[in-house]
Amino acid sequence: MIYFDNSATTKPYREILDSFTKVSLDYFGNPSSLHNLGVQAENLLSRARNQTAELLNVKPAEILFTSGGTESNNLAIKGTAMKYRSRGKHIITTNIEHASVYAAMEQLAELGFEISYVKVNSKGIIELENLEKAIRPDTILVSVIHVNNEVGTVQPIKEISRLLEEHPKVMFHVDHVQGVAKVPLDLHDCRIDFCSFSGHKFHGLKGTGALYMREGVSISPLLSGGSQELRVRSGTENVAGMVAMSKALRFSLEKHQQQLPNMLKIHDYLRKELSNITGVTIHTPNEQIAPHILNFSVKGFKAEVFVHFLEQKGIFISTTSACSSKKKAISKTLLAMGIPDEVAESAVRVSLSYESTMQEAETFIAAVSIAIKQLGEVMK
Amino acid sequence: MNKIYLDHAATTPMHPDVLKKMIKVMETYFGNPSSIHSFGREVRHILDETRYELANSIGAKPNTIIFTSGGTEADNLAIIGAVEGTRSKGNHIISTEIEHHAVLHSCHALEKRGYEVTYLPVNSEGLVTPEAVKAALRDETVLVSVMYGNNEVGTIQPIAEIGDLLSGHQAVFHTDAVQAFGIEKLNVDELKVDLLSVSAHKINGPKGIGFLYVRNGTDLAPRFFGGEQERKKRAGTENVAAIAGFREAVRISMDEQALKREQYLVFKQVFLDKLEKSGTKFSLNGSVAKSLPHILNLSLPGTNVEAMLVNLDLAGIAVSSGSACTAGSIEPSHVLVAMFGKDSERIQNSIRFSFGLNNTIGEIEKAAEETANITSRLTRN
Repeated sequence: MIYFDNSATTKPYREILDSFTKVSLDYFGNPSSLHNLGVQAENLLSRARNQTAELLNVKPAEILFTSGGTESNNLAIKGTAMKYRSRGKHIITTNIEHASVYAAMEQLAELGFEISYVKVNSKGIIELENLEKAIRPDTILVSVIHVNNEVGTVQPIKEISRLLEEHPKVMFHVDHVQGVAKVPLDLHDCRIDFCSFSGHKFHGLKGTGALYMREGVSISPLLSGGSQELRVRSGTENVAGMVAMSKALRFSLEKHQQQLPNMLKIHDYLRKELSNITGVTIHTPNEQIAPHILNFSVKGFKAEVFVHFLEQKGIFISTTSACSSKKKAISKTLLAMGIPDEVAESAVRVSLSYESTMQEAETFIAAVSIAIKQLGEVMK
Repeated sequence: MNKIYLDHAATTPMHPDVLKKMIKVMETYFGNPSSIHSFGREVRHILDETRYELANSIGAKPNTIIFTSGGTEADNLAIIGAVEGTRSKGNHIISTEIEHHAVLHSCHALEKRGYEVTYLPVNSEGLVTPEAVKAALRDETVLVSVMYGNNEVGTIQPIAEIGDLLSGHQAVFHTDAVQAFGIEKLNVDELKVDLLSVSAHKINGPKGIGFLYVRNGTDLAPRFFGGEQERKKRAGTENVAAIAGFREAVRISMDEQALKREQYLVFKQVFLDKLEKSGTKFSLNGSVAKSLPHILNLSLPGTNVEAMLVNLDLAGIAVSSGSACTAGSIEPSHVLVAMFGKDSERIQNSIRFSFGLNNTIGEIEKAAEETANITSRLTRN
């Protein structure tokens, strides 16, 4: 089995499952309880928060735990909009965001906010001057995806944050879900106000996530109740899940240190081999990209047919982002990059993990060649 | 020292079978349910089966279950989602003074947005009357939210009667069943509720998962936007392992419901008998007749809640002053204030014992003895 769909979700590390089990059985208390079991659970939660903060080089009080990337994105965007709506109702984002940002923006548009979508160029990158031009006196938020989940392009977050330094009243949110442990992001060096994380994208568990919220920044809550997580996110804390997530983050960052060259080698190999196959167009640009995502089309092939053919060979890749793949919609990102409908329709995505091997990549390339040959014959 | 955990209303230990199931799912079925390959399809299957069983456990249809990150999210989604879904029909909400904070604070948030909320009072047993609901009901009422069983004193509300009187009215009817689910038999059609909230970690399932029942035809605006998961009502990659664990926990609680009810009622009786025999002065907070079997809230005159909690904790007994969800602070319980007024001594001298998995009659006896001893120590002048 070759699992090349790590942008959809990842397999949890064995060690983090052990931590999850241990915490669930031995430290099951409610962190808000005043008795010893509650205190122990609270201590573990604090440790998970401290570790996460240390790994991200931020302060513990700047980390809020959530139920995942979708909640983090919704909280940052709608929480900012609700908090600062008296200051202005204009928000800037891009036309290649993840569905959880895009749909939150659409909801705000219905509530009377005005959204400007900065377009990306053919390389899938936004131009800073276009962003700058979009800023108005009533702009309250800029939200930009760091690593695009469909093609892997990396937006110039640092440069955007420098630009926004001249606009101190404009909040800056970064969707870092696909970038964690793949493309480093210094949260304090860049002036980022909010940054979203999802545990299951870096070998943690589904249902776990975090939102970095810069010290001194405030926000309206999305979930009201027992006032957990600095009053911004109520609900009994998923202690075992958060311990597991902080450990997964540590492991993933360590793997990033050790295994990045290997991942880059596999990525280069895939690009080179795929581009040698007739009919293949590679959509992931050559620069400003993440090391784990490669998006390409095979001319004349329906993406689903191609994905299912490879699946029968024990290889798992995906059509577009998993969150939209049931809709069978054409990749929004590819269309934004100006790729014609008929080519975008056949696009598939390979996404690697640090566990991926060169041997798997070789098997994959061989399977792609066979697929093109066999499917091509059927379709003739 | 063997520790005795009597705070199951705050959270419960996970059942070993639940954990086993979760680990298996995390290792084997880790795919994203929205993926179209077999990893995705297999986990989608787990979700569908679970939805079917959870729906079954409350007498509902499978397509009425929306998975959430827990009880708080389910309550928030129910309350804010229901009023946003019926925006044009009115701006009046009815709830009670004894709701969980997840409901109360959602209502407060709506008040800030211009909604009018009537918080119904309760009697000294913590009971809301259907008549009070009727009196507060207006043509423009869009939501009525009354909890099923109170988390601090255990009083069970007349939900079916309230459901009856709301029949034919436009108001959406929500009940927070977080504390009752698993131990009480619930049927959404008999109760005539449109929305019902449940949390897994109160029934030996994992933290971070819950569900909201949404009757077909109820307009509910989503809170999380993104992918089209959960019938577009709740975006976000589904927490499959927790959902599978939740299913296991529900199965176990349904299988053992009758047995547990009986056991906890015995626990209650044994506890009260022991206290009585020791000559301890106490009174019960809540209803004798209509109460959740696992919750016992006692007022111990002459004691002080903080001293009581510390002493019990030192004796290895974990209990609480009321809701754990007030994030670690001892604030006066809003439930007891609603029942007895803010000047009542009971607010200063009441504690909650709540029973659950692995508790034994021996532990209950020991806890009652320690409670009697500590009370006598604290009240000796």
